[in-house]
Amino acid sequence: MDYNFHWRPVFRDLPDLVEAGFVTLQVAVLSMLIGMACGIVLAIMRMHGSAPLRWVAVSWIELARNTPALFQLFFFGFGLGAFGLHLSPFLIVLCGLTFNNAGYLAENFRGGFQAIPETQMRAARSLGMTAAQAYIRIIIPQVLRLVYHPMTNQMVWAVLMSSLGMLVGFRELSGETQFFASRTFRIFEYFAVTAVIYYVIVKFILGSSRLLAFRLFRY
Amino acid sequence: MESSLNFFTGFKVLDLLFLGEAAARTLLISGISIASGTVLGVLFGWLLYEGRIFGSLTLAPVLDVFRSVPLIIQLVLFYNFAPIIGLSLDPFACGAAVLTIYTAALVANVARGGIEAVAMPLRRASRSLGMTYWQDMMYVVAPIGMRTVFPAWVGVALGVMKDSALVSVLGYIELLKASQILITRTQEPFLILAVAGAFYFALSFPVARFADRLEQRWSQ
Amino acid sequence: MIEVSELHKRFKDLHVLKGINLVVEKGVVLSIVGASGSGKSTLLYCINALEAIDSGTITVDGEDVHAKGTDINRLRRKLGMVFQQWNSFPHLTALENVALSPRIVRKLSRAESRDIAAKQLEHVGLGDKLNSYPSALSGGQQQRLAIARALAMEPSYMLFDEATSALDPELVGEVLDTMRLLAEEGMTMICVTHEMGFARDVSDRVAYVHDGTIEEIGPPEQIFGDPQSDNTRRFLAKVR
Repeated sequence: MDYNFHWRPVFRDLPDLVEAGFVTLQVAVLSMLIGMACGIVLAIMRMHGSAPLRWVAVSWIELARNTPALFQLFFFGFGLGAFGLHLSPFLIVLCGLTFNNAGYLAENFRGGFQAIPETQMRAARSLGMTAAQAYIRIIIPQVLRLVYHPMTNQMVWAVLMSSLGMLVGFRELSGETQFFASRTFRIFEYFAVTAVIYYVIVKFILGSSRLLAFRLFRY
Repeated sequence: MESSLNFFTGFKVLDLLFLGEAAARTLLISGISIASGTVLGVLFGWLLYEGRIFGSLTLAPVLDVFRSVPLIIQLVLFYNFAPIIGLSLDPFACGAAVLTIYTAALVANVARGGIEAVAMPLRRASRSLGMTYWQDMMYVVAPIGMRTVFPAWVGVALGVMKDSALVSVLGYIELLKASQILITRTQEPFLILAVAGAFYFALSFPVARFADRLEQRWSQ
Repeated sequence: MIEVSELHKRFKDLHVLKGINLVVEKGVVLSIVGASGSGKSTLLYCINALEAIDSGTITVDGEDVHAKGTDINRLRRKLGMVFQQWNSFPHLTALENVALSPRIVRKLSRAESRDIAAKQLEHVGLGDKLNSYPSALSGGQQQRLAIARALAMEPSYMLFDEATSALDPELVGEVLDTMRLLAEEGMTMICVTHEMGFARDVSDRVAYVHDGTIEEIGPPEQIFGDPQSDNTRRFLAKVR
């Protein structure tokens, strides 16, 4: 083995890489938040919607779950380009991730909704709450607890998926790494450090999720 | 006039063939990786279960790395690391190797869950009937455990099939890479993406549905 | 006053209520007894519109419950309901369980609703459990929590749907005592119940429901002492 590792340029660029790590975290968190909102709506549409609404929900959910995430990203990239709609790389990644998260989360939420006894809804309505109030105050908080663990997994998945940004020109952690690596040809060194950063981000998410659960679910 | 326009922008029969070949390559690399990754993963799962503390201190953290780093990074790293240690691998071999380990890391957890799902009293019962350790594993743990984790395994396999699209970063021309090439040439992104998406969907959806059905039937 | 007239209710092919007529005056405690599946609980659900009806009318203080223009959420505030499964909200403490609807339905301030909640929990004997989660309460305590939760809406009527039948026998007494307390305070109550002792001692009127109709209704002394219908007699002989 006569390869000489050169770590110096990587460490010089480390602050930029860490900053790109925050971009990754941002886009993942944002896509999770929007994805959760969409996921809840999709789950309710699939369970209680009229036929056309149900069809929309099922198509979204099944497309998100049965095609590659990269395909979904390409769709928001070139696919929409066919209709003259050109999204910025950031929006391509955000839309792709949100679409994917929403599809997976919708199925988690559906399972959660079905696990809450119907009598909870009745009790809430008998106290004079509107259906919306009952959902927001009584049903959804309980569902969130049930799907908390799968939701954490989806959050990790969103971080890992966001690395696809480098294939559509988005300068998140992977995109930034590729940029530096191609400039210095120290591809292995750069990507090794990036792998470590991803690992740290994932562990950070899992750790804070556990802490948050401890604070949130005292019952 | 019309035919010459078609010549420059249209989507031709030959292109469909090109996509078909690429789809076959997607199937090939995912098939190989899922098969070998499953074998390796079951072995790892068994080691995790029997290894107890030792396993959770050594093997578990290593496997955890493969689930905590994006697959695309793993691919780039391995592709650039192989020449350093004197291996010359083509994109296919490299992609298949990484996908195999990745699959194994995911399957290991599933397999361990399967072994754990077979309740201890049941295993004691089979051992008390005079079965050896391996007989117990073969005739009691494997059939029952497999039933409980089969749907999860299908999920992993389908995930790997979809993730195989990422091997395109190494230059391996699988379905999605082929679509990208065609899009650049024909400027018909929507049509081509629709064809590629339909292929993945047609492969994944029925299998996922089937696994769901099976899970429902078995849980009753 | 609650008035039910010619109420019919079907579940698909099953004709559950076949022309119920009933008047419950202010201050009256009415017990509804009858075999399981006779439609007693369905009647309660129809009164606060948790079930739709097929024909007939139900009015509460002159307002038609099932009419199109009725604001049912406002009307339900008058009708406190306690269920067989106590249905406490597991993610909220006892205090929050009770304080939630005064705050979001009656639009009281946070402090006011907490005061009301604490008062009602004290009322049902849970003054020392304000910050407990339902999972830490016994079935009887959860059922009293459900009563406090309904009372916090300051209802004019209380509907009890077999409030004690899901409880372990040793916990029935504390819930019945709470219900008795309410009756003594003059609350108007409709209690679907299997507790004949409660029906006899506490209620002003007892209705026997048989096969989707009210077979017999009258003061407890008459229903229990001198039932007029054979069906009533047969039922009472069985449960006694």
